[in-house]
Amino acid sequence: FQIMAGKVKWVTDIEKSVLINNFEKRGWIQVAENEDWNFYWMSVQTIRNVFSVETGYRLSDDQIVNHFPNHYELTRKDLMVKNIKRYRKELEKEGSPLAEKDENGKYIYLDFVPVTFMLPDYNLFVEEFRKNPSCTWIMKPCGKAQGKGIFLINKLSQIKKWSRDSKTSSFVSQSSKEAYVISLYINNPLLIGGKKFDLRLYVLVSTYRPLRCYMYKLGFCRFCTVKYTPSTSELDNMFVHLTNVAIQKHGDDYNHIHGGKWTVSNLRLYLESTRGKEVTNKLFDEIHWIIVQSLKAVAPVMNNDKHCFECYGYDIIIDDKLKPWLIEVNASPSLTSSTANDRILKYNLINDTLNIAVPNGEIPDCKWNKSPPKEVLGNYEVLYDEEMAQSDGPDRDLRGRSGQSTGVKGNRARDSGKPVLTTWK
Amino acid sequence: MLDQDSGLSLTIARIVQRLKGSSLHSHLERQARLLALMYNQRHRVRKKLAGFFGCYYHCQVSLHKPEIKLESLKEDIKDFLKTSGWEKKLQNAVYSELNMFPSPCHPAAPPEHMKEPLAYMRKAQGSWEKRILKSLNSMCTELSIPLAQKRPVSEQKELLNKWNEMGTDEPDLSLFRPVYAPKDFLEVLMNLRNPNYENGEQPSFRNHLGLIQVPLKVKDIPELKEEFSELSLNIGQLGIDDSAQVPPEFFENEHVRVGQKVLAEQDSAAAQQYVRQGSPTALRADLWALILNISNQPEDILYYEQLKSNVIQHNLLVDSLIYKDVKLTASNDDYYFVFEDYLYQVLLCFSRDTSVLEHFTYSSATPPKSYIRGKLGMEEYAVFYPPNGVIPFHGFSMYVAPLCFLYHEPSKLYQIFREMYVRFFFRLHSISSHPSGIVSLCLLFETLLQTHLPQLFYHLREIGAQPLRISFKWMVRAFSGYLATDQLLLLWDRILGYNSLEILAVLAAAVFAFRAVNLMEVTSLAAAEAVLADLSTLKVMPLLQIFLFATVT
Repeated sequence: FQIMAGKVKWVTDIEKSVLINNFEKRGWIQVAENEDWNFYWMSVQTIRNVFSVETGYRLSDDQIVNHFPNHYELTRKDLMVKNIKRYRKELEKEGSPLAEKDENGKYIYLDFVPVTFMLPDYNLFVEEFRKNPSCTWIMKPCGKAQGKGIFLINKLSQIKKWSRDSKTSSFVSQSSKEAYVISLYINNPLLIGGKKFDLRLYVLVSTYRPLRCYMYKLGFCRFCTVKYTPSTSELDNMFVHLTNVAIQKHGDDYNHIHGGKWTVSNLRLYLESTRGKEVTNKLFDEIHWIIVQSLKAVAPVMNNDKHCFECYGYDIIIDDKLKPWLIEVNASPSLTSSTANDRILKYNLINDTLNIAVPNGEIPDCKWNKSPPKEVLGNYEVLYDEEMAQSDGPDRDLRGRSGQSTGVKGNRARDSGKPVLTTWK
Repeated sequence: MLDQDSGLSLTIARIVQRLKGSSLHSHLERQARLLALMYNQRHRVRKKLAGFFGCYYHCQVSLHKPEIKLESLKEDIKDFLKTSGWEKKLQNAVYSELNMFPSPCHPAAPPEHMKEPLAYMRKAQGSWEKRILKSLNSMCTELSIPLAQKRPVSEQKELLNKWNEMGTDEPDLSLFRPVYAPKDFLEVLMNLRNPNYENGEQPSFRNHLGLIQVPLKVKDIPELKEEFSELSLNIGQLGIDDSAQVPPEFFENEHVRVGQKVLAEQDSAAAQQYVRQGSPTALRADLWALILNISNQPEDILYYEQLKSNVIQHNLLVDSLIYKDVKLTASNDDYYFVFEDYLYQVLLCFSRDTSVLEHFTYSSATPPKSYIRGKLGMEEYAVFYPPNGVIPFHGFSMYVAPLCFLYHEPSKLYQIFREMYVRFFFRLHSISSHPSGIVSLCLLFETLLQTHLPQLFYHLREIGAQPLRISFKWMVRAFSGYLATDQLLLLWDRILGYNSLEILAVLAAAVFAFRAVNLMEVTSLAAAEAVLADLSTLKVMPLLQIFLFATVT
């Protein structure tokens, strides 16, 4: 006889209070990894083990985990770019209007990732570099996070120097962990108060096929503590260029009250007040668009395991022409809290995520239809629901709005010139 | 009592006098001269125009007319002014002046009466100023820092380079203290007494139980309802009727359309009326500029640049006070930390702006004087210190911070702030009997609370938590730093719309009313402060509307 039969049993290998407090407040019971568990919030290393060919094991119907087995198709910098490039080519081949290009050969609707090369393709990169020798490029290790290992270059000699200095003498490295990508650095970011910032948005995916994703309304902007300058002498100053909190935290000016963070509603208020409503709405529409497109790009290759859901941290930079760029997607967005506000936000984020992923807080059945009622969404709003988009008529516009203090409005005609009806199906 | 006509002509004369010195006048003159150059009849035109409008405008009427008909000159000029848009600009300028100045008093009244009619208030303000100046001077002596000093050339260069990122500077400010904080000012206000007024009665429910004990006239709720009639329940408001649940066709769309029309017409008076119902975020920057009559002309930009070079060349002691204030307040604020550098750029220039001295003609305050070293008391060696006559206090930078959400161009931001200061904010830290002065606001707040929430008022008083002790800082800062920015801007819309700060007192009372249930349960000042510590989730318009129009009185 199990008195505790009704309670969800949880495990985690991430010791963060925002997680644990949420489990405890639901009355769930903590168990060990080798025991019978229903819910496991795992780190990305652990998910690799669970689904690996050698050490992996089968999950039963009443077990849920917080990552998709091959999430790295989206969350590794090189694979994300590869999948998006593939997706675009496929659309082009089908003759889809989404893949339309302009007179310079740039995709009109799908150009949202800065030009990126995977470093074994050194020659292709050099060709591109020589076309615009005054550009700055950013080197990023594929498998690392928190701004580790990133640096900027604006001369070919700097790459050569790097490759000489690093242990591997060629760009083809033994383990894929050391692979690098090199992307065009966005050196005209939108500045506010003279400071550079990026956007962190949380996106929950409950299933890839059909695609069902939710966007958290309370994203935030991360500001660099030091004034932005595109001057080449400051290329080495990581405080100027990288907005990762992990890096900014160590700068002299880091403030522990606001943590250099602004809410997305502040951003919206500022942009509406200084730039106008139309361009602001267009910007936020585009942000939603690129998130959905990135998910659609990886959906075909994702292992849509029914035991899985995932909460991603999207990093987006806005340039001074108000165009958003997708920088990367994080599988394990930081759950560390740098300020009191931060702690509240992340606590609520996990809370709302659990409400959607584990309906009613009861022992899950992974066969459920993954369609939570509207009331439990909390601060999430539906970003894209493929099933609904396909079944409903053309007059149903399901794009989530980042409804901030200005309020979420009803259907609004899309004015960006994209073919409205066909794109969302 | 002045009769209508002489009152009107006094007003006209005063406005004309002021406009003659304005940039509008020089624009018109320049424009007219350019046109008049095309014709040789300069002199004759000038003579005819001398009497027109009381001002001296040369205006060539129409480029198509080969010669000027002197008979139709007056009408032709009127038409020209209308079609060229100058009439509107003139109207806006006149309207702006009317807003700022009190109605003319008796022609025999001395200038102090324009500043402050009540003698005891003037005296109290004078004493307060002496205290502040003493405090500033003693800080100066203690730290052996001169009030003003020319910067060495190397320092000037460095500052110029760092102009856009003064926030990264880390000067040692540990020895500086703010000259005063709002609570010091409250103590002074509490001790204000009218020597001509003897209230022999014992304190009772009939009397005023609050901290302010001067008999100024403040409005009651029926009068406030009339004054703020556009906020009533049956009129659409931004901040209420634009929320997510309300379809925009009901109010918002039409309101935005009207706003765009007002902007197209460039009519200050219409804009002022319009924002009483709130301003759409996308139109707010332009509407406020229209109401405040700020157009950011080249000469305004030049003026700002001149102030900037003053900052570069000379170091003032108040600069350190400004730095300290920004570091203590805005830099730690969730909403405003981003704009830290803009705040320095505005406030340092503000301190050196002598045009701000003009507002002392209608403010009860008088700019502090300082003397060149060694020449104490000699009037020829007196200068106003700081040059703009305004000594910043703790929280002063929060007057500027919200404006950074609207204006990202430094010279425009500067002008908007300066205008807001000389129209409104100066009243929040000077002692006067003006209905928008802080004393009246405090009394209005306390009276509203005592009249409409007597139980709460009495309870708080009993536990040693006089409500004004908590709400004073909100009102002095016009709620900046206490409300969420979008709510604050909706509130400041109404300050501009009604040309009055009374709404601050009404909102303060409304906040207490909103949290009354919790406040009734507290047993100490600290606990009361805690209940009212966080106003960032409040929606101001519903609170105001309910308090004014939906509370049973």
